[in-house]
Amino acid sequence: MDLSNLTIHQINDLLKYREVKSVDITNSYIKRIKEVDPVVSAYLYNDFEEALSNAADADKIIQKNKDFPYLTGIPLSIKDIFLIKGKKTTCASKILDNFISPYDSTVIRRLKENNYVFLGKTNMDEFAMGSSTENSAYKITKNPYDLNRVPGGSSGGSAASVSSDLCAGSFGTDTGGSVRQPASLCGVVGLKPTYGLISRYGIIAFSSSLDQAGVIANDVLDAAIMLKAVAGFDEKDQTTRKFEIKDYPEIVKKADKSAMKGLKVGIPVEFFSEGLDPKICSRIMEIKELLKDLGADIVDISLPDTKYSVAAYYVIATSEASSNLERYDGIRFGSRFSKDEGVQTLDELYRKTRELGFGKEVKRRIILGTFALSAGYYDAYYKKASLVRKLIIKNYKDSFNDVDIILGPTSPTPAFLIGEKMSDPLSMYLSDIYTISVNLAYLPALSLPVGVIDNPTKKGGVLPVGLQLISPWATEARLLSVAKIIEDEVKFRQKYSAKI
Amino acid sequence: MDNSGYSEIGNSLLHGLNRQSAGTGDKQDKAGFGEGRLTSFEAVIGLEVHSQLLTKTKMFCSCQNIFGKEPNSMVCPVCLGLPGAIPVINLEGVRLAVKAALALNIGINKKSLFARKNYFYPDLPKGYQISQYLDPVSSNGYLTIETDGVKKQIRINRLHIEEDAGKLIHIGNESYVDLNRAGTPLIEIVSEPDISSAKEAACYLKELRDILVYLDISDGNMEEGSFRCDANISVRRKGDKKLGTRAEIKNVNSFKFVEKAIDYEIGRQINVILSAGNVLQETRLYDPKENVTKPMRSKEEAHDYRYFEEPDLPPLILDAEFIEEAKNSIPELPQAKRKRYANEYALTSYDCEVLTQNKKIAYYFEDLIKANAVNNKGKVEIKKISNWVINDLLFALKTVENQRGSKENDMPEPEDFLNLMLEVTAGNINKNSGRIVLTEMLLTGKKPNDLIKENNLAQVSDDKGLEDLIKLVLDENPKELADLAGGKDKLLGFFVGEAMKKTKGKANPKKVNEILKRLINSRTRGPDGI
Repeated sequence: MDLSNLTIHQINDLLKYREVKSVDITNSYIKRIKEVDPVVSAYLYNDFEEALSNAADADKIIQKNKDFPYLTGIPLSIKDIFLIKGKKTTCASKILDNFISPYDSTVIRRLKENNYVFLGKTNMDEFAMGSSTENSAYKITKNPYDLNRVPGGSSGGSAASVSSDLCAGSFGTDTGGSVRQPASLCGVVGLKPTYGLISRYGIIAFSSSLDQAGVIANDVLDAAIMLKAVAGFDEKDQTTRKFEIKDYPEIVKKADKSAMKGLKVGIPVEFFSEGLDPKICSRIMEIKELLKDLGADIVDISLPDTKYSVAAYYVIATSEASSNLERYDGIRFGSRFSKDEGVQTLDELYRKTRELGFGKEVKRRIILGTFALSAGYYDAYYKKASLVRKLIIKNYKDSFNDVDIILGPTSPTPAFLIGEKMSDPLSMYLSDIYTISVNLAYLPALSLPVGVIDNPTKKGGVLPVGLQLISPWATEARLLSVAKIIEDEVKFRQKYSAKI
Repeated sequence: MDNSGYSEIGNSLLHGLNRQSAGTGDKQDKAGFGEGRLTSFEAVIGLEVHSQLLTKTKMFCSCQNIFGKEPNSMVCPVCLGLPGAIPVINLEGVRLAVKAALALNIGINKKSLFARKNYFYPDLPKGYQISQYLDPVSSNGYLTIETDGVKKQIRINRLHIEEDAGKLIHIGNESYVDLNRAGTPLIEIVSEPDISSAKEAACYLKELRDILVYLDISDGNMEEGSFRCDANISVRRKGDKKLGTRAEIKNVNSFKFVEKAIDYEIGRQINVILSAGNVLQETRLYDPKENVTKPMRSKEEAHDYRYFEEPDLPPLILDAEFIEEAKNSIPELPQAKRKRYANEYALTSYDCEVLTQNKKIAYYFEDLIKANAVNNKGKVEIKKISNWVINDLLFALKTVENQRGSKENDMPEPEDFLNLMLEVTAGNINKNSGRIVLTEMLLTGKKPNDLIKENNLAQVSDDKGLEDLIKLVLDENPKELADLAGGKDKLLGFFVGEAMKKTKGKANPKKVNEILKRLINSRTRGPDGI
C-alpha cells in the first residue's frame, strides 16, 4: 500500500483509528524518496534513522493517548534554513558546509513537541536569495511537473518535496515570496503568515524585517494544521506578537461557500498589467468569475505604489542581508585558511573565506546592501526605501478599508526553464513582483493551485498556476477559509498531480 | 559624507585592542614650549565614556554578566552570534541606563531605537554591535564639575545603550577569542566639547564615575576596562571661533593617564600648529609607557559603520511609570552629599571630598553619625568622627586589605567604633593604641574593650609609676640631659620618645610631657625652678 500520497489530515485519520503506524507511513516516504529524489533533488540530505526513530516514538504516544497533536507521526521536510540541534544546517551555502547546529529553532522545538517525523532538509537558494533554487551551492532541484524547469525559490526544495510526495508537508521561509512562488510553480499550497506570527528564532536570517516562516502543504487544511502547530508568541523573538492563535484547522473544516456571499474581493489593477502571462491571467479571471458566482462582490482596486515595491524590497532586503551575513567571517564559520593557502592577515582571512564561501548571488546582494547603507547613500537608498515601504503599507491599509481580501496571481509566469533567468538577475527579481509587497506590508498571503496551463516545451505536459490571496494583518483564519472554499470548488488535487 | 546624517558620531572604543599602526609615533619635547606661546591657545575637549552596567545578565540574552570566568563559558547562541539567534532586550539594563541618565540630568526619550553598527573584528561575533544611533534612550543633559574652586557645567549630548564586544587574547603568534564579555551591557555617555583642560577632563570623568558607582550602575574600574574613556581633542588660538581639527585619543585606561594623555595631545597639536603644520583628523592611541599618542588610523581609513535600525528589535518604549521608578531609586549623589556635609556638619571641603569619594565610606560615615546621636555611652564631636574616618579608618582598611589581599572587608559596628573613639577621648588609651585596636576590630570583628584588655593597651597614667620610669630615662641619658639644659630644646622630644618606648607606647603622652618637663626643670634649674 502506497501511503506517501496522502494529506496530513488523511494520515492523521489513519493514525487515530490505528489503521496504520507512523513507522509504516514513514517507510513509504523513505522508499519513495530513494526512488524519486535522485531525479527531483528536493532534499539536501535525509536522515532516515532519525525519521524512523521519530516515527517509533510517535507510535508509542499514539498507542498511549487518544488525544495527540495533529502532527504526531507526520513525516515532514524542513527547509535547510531552520536550525535543528545536532543536525547540519547549511542554508545551501558552502560557508556553512560544516555547521552542526547546537540548538533548536523555535519552529523545530514546537514541531518536536508535536511529535513530528523529520525526514530531511530541503534544498533552497543560498541564504534564501533567489527565486529558482538554482542558487544552491549544492544541487539544482527540478520541478516535479517538468524536470527541465525550476521549482521556484527560494523554498524550491520544500515545494518540490511536497509536490512529488516526498513528504506530507514542508516548512519553508518567505522573505519576498519564497514560499508562495515555489508553491505556485509546483502546484501546492503555500502560506506566508503575518510577520510576527511565527518566531524567527533559530531561522537563519536573510532580511530580518521581511523573513517569515511559512508552510507548504498539499491542501489548505494541511496548511492550517501546520500553522497552528508552530504559530504564537516567543519570548526569544521580540518581533513576535501576542496574537490570538485560533484553531485554524477547525475553522477551515467549517468553511462554507455560503460565506462568500457579500465578501468583498479586491482585484488590484497593478497585478494584471504588463509582464503577466496571458494564460495565467485567464486562469485567475476564471476564479474571479467563480467567486462572483458564489455571491462575492468583486471590487477593482488600485495599489498605486506597487511599481516601487521591487526596488524598495531589493534595497531593504539586501541592506539587512549585508549586515546579517557579516557573522560569516571565517572566524567561526567556513573553512579556516592557513598561511600555506596564502592567508597571512586577518583581512586576507575575511576576503578568502567570503570569496570562496559565498555564491555569486549572495555576493551581489551583500555588495548591493553594503552600498545602500554607506555613508552618503543611506538617505538616497535605505531611507527612501523605508519611506516607500510605508506607502505600500498605506496602499494596503486603504484597500482593506474597502475589501475583505485581495486576489491576484502569485507569479507572473509559470515555472521557467533551468538556466533561463540565471544570466538576467532583474528578470529573476521580477518573478516575485506580486509577492514582494506583501512582505513589505507584513501581511499574510496564501498561494493556492487553481489550474494549469499547457507546458510549451513538453508535449501533453502541464504547468500549475497559483492564485494569491492577501488578507489584512493577522487574519489568517479568513485567508485560510476563503482559500478552502475556492479549493473545494476548483478541486485541483483531484484533477492534477506531478505524475512523477 | 556628512550630509547623510550618518557620519561618525558615536565612534566607540576598539575595546582595548592594540590595533596600532606601524608608524613610529611623533614624539616631542613638551618642555620646549614657552609658557606664553602655550597660553595663547585653548583646548576643546569632548569625552566619550563607556561604562559596563552591573546587571545580572547580558544586554540581549540571559547569559550571566560576570567577570573572570573560564573563556567562552558564559555564552549562548545569541551572544555567540550563531546563525538564527535573535537578541532580546534586557529591561534591567534599560532601567540602569535610565537611572544613570536621570542622575546626569539627561532627558529620557520615551521612544528610542536600537541600531546596528557594522564592522568586522574577531571579537565581534555578529559583525555588528547593537547600539543606539539616531534615537538614543536619552539626550541633552549636563554635569557640573568643580576645578580649583570654579564650577562649570559640561553639557552631555546623549547617553545610549549598547553591548560590549568580546576580548582577544594574544599569545605569541596566535590570537584567541573569548566571548564571555560579548553582549555585556554598556552605556555610552557623550559630552559636548565643553571641556577646556586635562584637569577638567579628569574632574568630569571622576565625577561621572562617582555618580555611576553610587548608583550601583558601574564598578567604575578603568584598569579592568569596565569604565573606559575616549577623548576628542582639538586646539585653537584664543579668540578663534572656528574649531580646530580634532584627533580622537583611545586606550586611555586609567585615571592617572587621562590627564597625561590629554596634556600630551594638546601640546602635540599646538606644536604642529606652531611649526606651521596641519593637525590631521585621525584616531590616535595613547601609549602610557612613553607617554605619547601615536596615530592609529586616519580619516580616510575610518570605518563606515553603516548604521541602520536593528530589525530584530522593536522600538524601546518607556512608560512614565518605568521612568518614575528609576527616578525613585536614585540615592543622594556625591555632590549633594558634599554640600550637605559642609552645611550640616561644618566640615571642610577637603573632609567632604574624602568622605564622599567612596560610597561605602560615605554611607558608613552617615551610619556613625546616626549611631552617635543615640549612643548612651557618650557623644563624639562630628569633626572628630570625620577625622577618625579620614585619618584612621582609611589607613586601617588599607592595612587590612594588604594583609588579606581582598577589598571586601566588613566595617566595624558603628557603635563599637564610636566607643573606641570615646575610650581615646577619655584618655583610657592613647591615639596610637586606638589605631591598633581599630585595625584589630577590622581583622577579628572583636569589640574594642575586649581588644584593649587582651592587648593590655590601657594607658599607663598613674603618676608614680610614670615618674619612676621617666627618672630612669633621665638617668640613662645624662649627655642628652646636659645638652637639653644647654638650650637644645628639641631633645625634649627625644626623652618623650624614650619614655614611650619604656611603656611600650601605652603611656599617656600628655602625662609624659608634663612629668618630663617638671623633672627636667627640677634637675637642670634646681628645686626653685626658673
